[in-house]
Amino acid sequence: MDAFINLLTDFAIPTVVVAAIFVAILLFVLPREVRTIFKRELSSYFTSPIAYVLFVVFLGISNTLSFFFTGVLEGGEADLFLPYFQYLPWYLVLIAPAVGMRLWSEEQRLGTMELLLTMPVAPWQAILGKYLAAAVVLFGMLVLSFPIVWTINYLGDPDNGVIMAGFVASFLVALCFLAVTSVISAMTRSQMVALLVSVAACMMLWLSGLPHVSELLMSLKGGWLIFWPILKLVNILGVMPHFTELAKGVLGLRDIVFFVTFIAFCLFATSVVIRLKRA
Amino acid sequence: MIEVENLQKHFGTKVAVDGVSFTVNKGEVLGFLGPNGAGKSTTMRMVTGYLPPTDGKISIDGVDIEDDEIAAKARIGYLPEAAPLYSDMTVEGFLRFSAEMRGVPSGELDAAVDNAIKTTFLEPVRHQSIDTLSKGYRHRTCFAQSIIHDPEILILDEPTDGLDPNQKHEIRQLIRRMGKEKAIIFSTHILEEVEAACTRAIIIDRGRVIADGTPDELKARAAKAGAVLLRAKGLAGTGIEKELDKMGESEKVEVIESDDEGITAMVYPAKGKKENLSTAIYSLCKEKNLTIEELRVEEGRLDDLFREITKTDAED
Repeated sequence: MDAFINLLTDFAIPTVVVAAIFVAILLFVLPREVRTIFKRELSSYFTSPIAYVLFVVFLGISNTLSFFFTGVLEGGEADLFLPYFQYLPWYLVLIAPAVGMRLWSEEQRLGTMELLLTMPVAPWQAILGKYLAAAVVLFGMLVLSFPIVWTINYLGDPDNGVIMAGFVASFLVALCFLAVTSVISAMTRSQMVALLVSVAACMMLWLSGLPHVSELLMSLKGGWLIFWPILKLVNILGVMPHFTELAKGVLGLRDIVFFVTFIAFCLFATSVVIRLKRA
Repeated sequence: MIEVENLQKHFGTKVAVDGVSFTVNKGEVLGFLGPNGAGKSTTMRMVTGYLPPTDGKISIDGVDIEDDEIAAKARIGYLPEAAPLYSDMTVEGFLRFSAEMRGVPSGELDAAVDNAIKTTFLEPVRHQSIDTLSKGYRHRTCFAQSIIHDPEILILDEPTDGLDPNQKHEIRQLIRRMGKEKAIIFSTHILEEVEAACTRAIIIDRGRVIADGTPDELKARAAKAGAVLLRAKGLAGTGIEKELDKMGESEKVEVIESDDEGITAMVYPAKGKKENLSTAIYSLCKEKNLTIEELRVEEGRLDDLFREITKTDAED
């Protein structure tokens, strides 16, 4: 019973509050065009099998692997960070591009881009509406991961604040990957190409933040210094350090700014790609 | 309502549209003719704000499209060439989406959707998913989308493509009817369509406007316009063709068939003598005691003009 109340206060209520804030922004802050595009995009995830398949795949991978492969149960401690959240971004490297691959490539394949962009909407409205719909799908996936949280709470007495921080950090990473996918899907009419290139890009983005990689990058000497700006940029773009900080429950302004800037930049880049495509 | 001035579009080094200018007023239906790849679709894409022009000016109802793209787009209804649709939606869902995007107030959505469905005869497939529709229905769904917000300006890229003859007829009637209160541009390959629905037509070839006028004016420009076809029976070997040639009214006589029984010939008028040609031929035949079986003044056909002016251009 205690576990149930804990779950309610620690997870369910914050989730509902976040969802309510999102709906309020959608209804009262964003223009009607964004809302209309959001609605259409979200419903098209659920009228085709794609969303259901992704839900099953994601939940299947994330839950079973955490239980049986990474040894949540053997740890003896009621802690999710190492076994679960350490691996979650790796699944997101695959899942976020799979959710986002159709965003703009499908428009180009069907030719509906011509329809959409001759309607009286600003490109940013279309980009944002579509992005938000895909973000909601990812949000739903993370929300549906609750059985693992419930299990941990049933078995022991974990620090639910840290678990929540882990989910928030994972969601932000997923949003970054989704934003990268948005840019790449605007470049091609093939969903498959968008998926593969996005997975590769997200993988690199994630890997460049690995401690070994960033140490290696920063320790290069001699001729490598010509590439210093690029190396530094790769190092800065590394998502992992920000994820680790947030997931530990340290809510740093720096990390939040990183995520927001990163996503905003990618969405802007999407609009540039679309403009170049038309010209 | 639509003013286009010296419109240019370059794709790399390829010039797709090269200085096109035209104006379409309310109550006018402008037909766009031209061979494939002439620049019709590119021009339409620029007018609807999809493609940015390399150079030139487009103004929609007094609004320069570069100054206020959104306001200009709000006045236009557009049917793109391939009639693209979101195939995972139902017809009604898609039309509702289009209406919302086009700024139809939420209280009037149902009425707008109903009206568009009725106008384009989509009632039987209203709740059907778009990916199960036949080509004709798909096309009409996209057409319905373009008129859903009752725009002042309609731009239709091959609106009758892929329709059966009855549907073609319906759509032409519809364009004609709507053309009374709107400014409409539509492109087509079918020349009879221009005569059936347009108040004016322009022929575009290789990015340039090479002819501009009412369908009648254009027809009159065809080489055959005003020529007289004569089929007559009578005495063999009267040398009627020579007589016709000598008559002074004609420029050229083309004998199509001639034997002992009679003659079939096309007589082209000399410059400025169109009006009297048929009378002159008539009296000549009377004089020679020929029985006239057929005497017909050719109207000139758009087909002929189209082929004459686009072909000579392509060969040089």
